[in-house]
Amino acid sequence: MRRVVVTGLGMVSPLASGVEETWKRLLAGENAAGTITRFDAEKFATNYACEIPFGDGSDGTFNPDDWMEPKERRKVDDFILYGLAAASMAVEDSGWKPSSEDEFYRTGVMIGSGVGGLSTIADTSITLKERGPRRVSPFFIPSCLINLVSGQVAIRHGFKGPNHAVATACSTGAHAIGDAARLIQYGDADVMLAGGAENPICEIGVAGFNACKALSTSKRDDPKAASRPYDKNRDGFVMGEGAGVVVLEEYEHAVARGAKIYAEVLGYGLSGDAYHITAPASDGDGGYRAMKAAVERAGIDAGEVDYINAHGTSTMADTIELAAVERLLGDKAEHATMSSTKSAIGHLLGAAGAVEAIFSILAIRDQVAPPTLNLHDPVDAKLDLAPLKAVKREINVAVCNSFGFGGTNASLVLGKVR
Amino acid sequence: MSDIADRVKKIVVDHLGVDEDKVSETASFIDDLGADSLDTVELVMAFEEEFGIEIPDDAAETIQSFGDAVKFITEAS
Repeated sequence: MRRVVVTGLGMVSPLASGVEETWKRLLAGENAAGTITRFDAEKFATNYACEIPFGDGSDGTFNPDDWMEPKERRKVDDFILYGLAAASMAVEDSGWKPSSEDEFYRTGVMIGSGVGGLSTIADTSITLKERGPRRVSPFFIPSCLINLVSGQVAIRHGFKGPNHAVATACSTGAHAIGDAARLIQYGDADVMLAGGAENPICEIGVAGFNACKALSTSKRDDPKAASRPYDKNRDGFVMGEGAGVVVLEEYEHAVARGAKIYAEVLGYGLSGDAYHITAPASDGDGGYRAMKAAVERAGIDAGEVDYINAHGTSTMADTIELAAVERLLGDKAEHATMSSTKSAIGHLLGAAGAVEAIFSILAIRDQVAPPTLNLHDPVDAKLDLAPLKAVKREINVAVCNSFGFGGTNASLVLGKVR
Repeated sequence: MSDIADRVKKIVVDHLGVDEDKVSETASFIDDLGADSLDTVELVMAFEEEFGIEIPDDAAETIQSFGDAVKFITEAS
């Protein structure tokens, strides 16, 4: 089977626009949560989230004009804007510039989203109701479709290889990276852009997740304390937004062009819970089987896993994942460090797996596990949960977990290139 | 230039992101001003909105240029 490596990274996160700035702030323990500014959330059970810092592009702020002309931006929901920006960063970082027709044919895109253009759907529904069908924009459908991140990225860069999109709720980003890696392994492409994008912080998004009792509600006075994975006092996730995109590349292809290689995608595993629409099965078997499959595919012993970037959303499900990880690692559990970076950036839903895979890759590059913020009163764990501060340590192999509504699980095993 | 022409030109400039001096009498939205078929649908919607008129689909198809738009709207309003 062909080997797949990561040669480019791009990200728009609630901590910053850009991979390195986000990473720096993450390691420093910065926290992106705050009162929602996008709309008046006073009447909502949750009035806080992790919003992208919009600005003029300086000091880590995100300036949409840097990534899309204003007249084009009107035609897309912001999840597409975030995805386009992250993809452009990743392409730039990779230095991959196809020149021959065949190189364009052999470069594809697989960027997904959990819910796509949710706020645009909501707004357009109001237009339809109040002003009638003739006032619905011709750009409404292509601005909302989940696969239009992949479509827009391909149009911008000319990539004519496989063009695909994943929609598996909060597992989207991880599934996209794993599935795209397989396309390269099977020879459908030599280079794939893969990841996820999400723009859920809108009235209907917050109301919807509030209604299914998924969001933290108790920290209106102190939003930065709200996302507290693995803490006994956690009470739900904090919504985030943004996008993460990686450039995946066949190993020999990357070596031949002298590309910078961050890490190798060693393994990928998938499973389903067949249990409940929003809750994971209490035995954690779905997550365990996804991780086990990924580790087996990587051809490593579970005890070799140094770092786990947990799904860890700050909900009741945290302990289920913890038990599944400890089951996987067995008597090697005390050797490993696991953290949830959702404590700093919130839960980016369909973008989470991609952003967190990037953090896992950087953890390998810099030999440091990012912290789990707000972890003052941890649940019982054999693993080191990296409370409050980043942990400098040897990291050769990292596992990145994502579990989604519907009982859909994905695990990636990432490692140093050997 | 008439008031209608000014208002039509402003819509075209705003929606297509083109320089005002490119919007000549005969400038075709698609061939000269970089619009695609969806842009032209949106332009017609914007004309309807601005001038409080309804432009039926068969008439909309005849509005291919800045001059076509001004002529149609002048006659309709």
